[in-house]
Amino acid sequence: MEVDQLQRTFHDYHASLFNEGFLDEQFVQLQQLQDESNPGFVVEVVSLFFEDSERLLNDLSKALDQVNVDFRKIDAHVHQLKGSSSSIGAQRVRNACIAFRNFCDERNIEACLQCLQQVRQEYLLVKTKLEALLRLEQQIVAAGGASPM
Amino acid sequence: MAKNGVFSRLRRLEKSEETEDFSACLDSNEVHVLAVDDSLVDRKVIERLLKITACKVTAVDSGRSALQFLGLDEEKTSVGFDGLKVDLIITDYCMPGMTGYELLKKIKGSSTFREIPVVIMSSENVLARIDRCLEEGAEDFIVKPVKLSDVKRLKNYMFGEGRVQRQDRGLNKRKLQETCDVSASPSPPSSPSPDDALSSPSPPSGSSPYSPRSFFSSPSDNPSLLNLHFD
Repeated sequence: MEVDQLQRTFHDYHASLFNEGFLDEQFVQLQQLQDESNPGFVVEVVSLFFEDSERLLNDLSKALDQVNVDFRKIDAHVHQLKGSSSSIGAQRVRNACIAFRNFCDERNIEACLQCLQQVRQEYLLVKTKLEALLRLEQQIVAAGGASPM
Repeated sequence: MAKNGVFSRLRRLEKSEETEDFSACLDSNEVHVLAVDDSLVDRKVIERLLKITACKVTAVDSGRSALQFLGLDEEKTSVGFDGLKVDLIITDYCMPGMTGYELLKKIKGSSTFREIPVVIMSSENVLARIDRCLEEGAEDFIVKPVKLSDVKRLKNYMFGEGRVQRQDRGLNKRKLQETCDVSASPSPPSSPSPDDALSSPSPPSGSSPYSPRSFFSSPSDNPSLLNLHFD
């Protein structure tokens, strides 16, 4: 049955995201908060995370582009991104933010630029994967199955 | 009292296998929590965590907004205060403008609101920061990211069970919660709710051997835990 196949695909994909370190237990917490009374919770939080992250990444780009780089501001932005990625379980983004903050402390612009690239890369990766996961969930529900979340 | 309604709602809320005594929650539909966090994502999560534990939630994005809601802001008279009493305030520590610590001080400095339990949340597990907050009167300190088990534990404060232990406040708070990460942990004798303190189902964190969510057992029991640094 199509639903069964989709469920299996979801299950395997979901597991791989944890095995490869993209997601951690906090994402499971979010899943536990979704139920019939709030069936869109995960997609809503994840969407907020995407918006928030894109805003922060833009702010970081601009901040590092200044003549006089304000490292405290950069640190504040990275701290925020670290927080939100941690709250949804986006482990690799969070870890990239931790590394970034260390270089902020050192006031090393070149290293910060590289860190920003790294964070952006990790963000884009997890975004793609989460979108795929959520799409699978959508397909399952559309095919009449129960949400695997 | 609509007992049937309460029980069916509570059955829906049970997401984990742990059995908990919900008899203290019969008036849970009246519990109102004011959540303060500048992060949109975190506000969304904490709001859901609180709602799923049968709390009414008002979520604001700053200490200033929180004070305005309570009617404590010097410059503005309360806009949102509709007579709905606040049973608990849960606030992030790091916020632009007014920090959670400053908000805590303002609340504890107010004769009207100082009795409201305040819980601090922070991503930084810094003992000095935790101590400072507890000394200023915070009821508890939760290390982010916040989990369902953290919020479930907070219900004790809202139903006065935590208050009864007020004379033991220092003892209860300056404790490290032993999650299932740390095996063979002895039960802390003066914990307000022994079931809650130990039955947290949170799975072991992959990144570190210990994941203290809050503070329940005496650090002198486990000196190695004093030097934990998560980041």
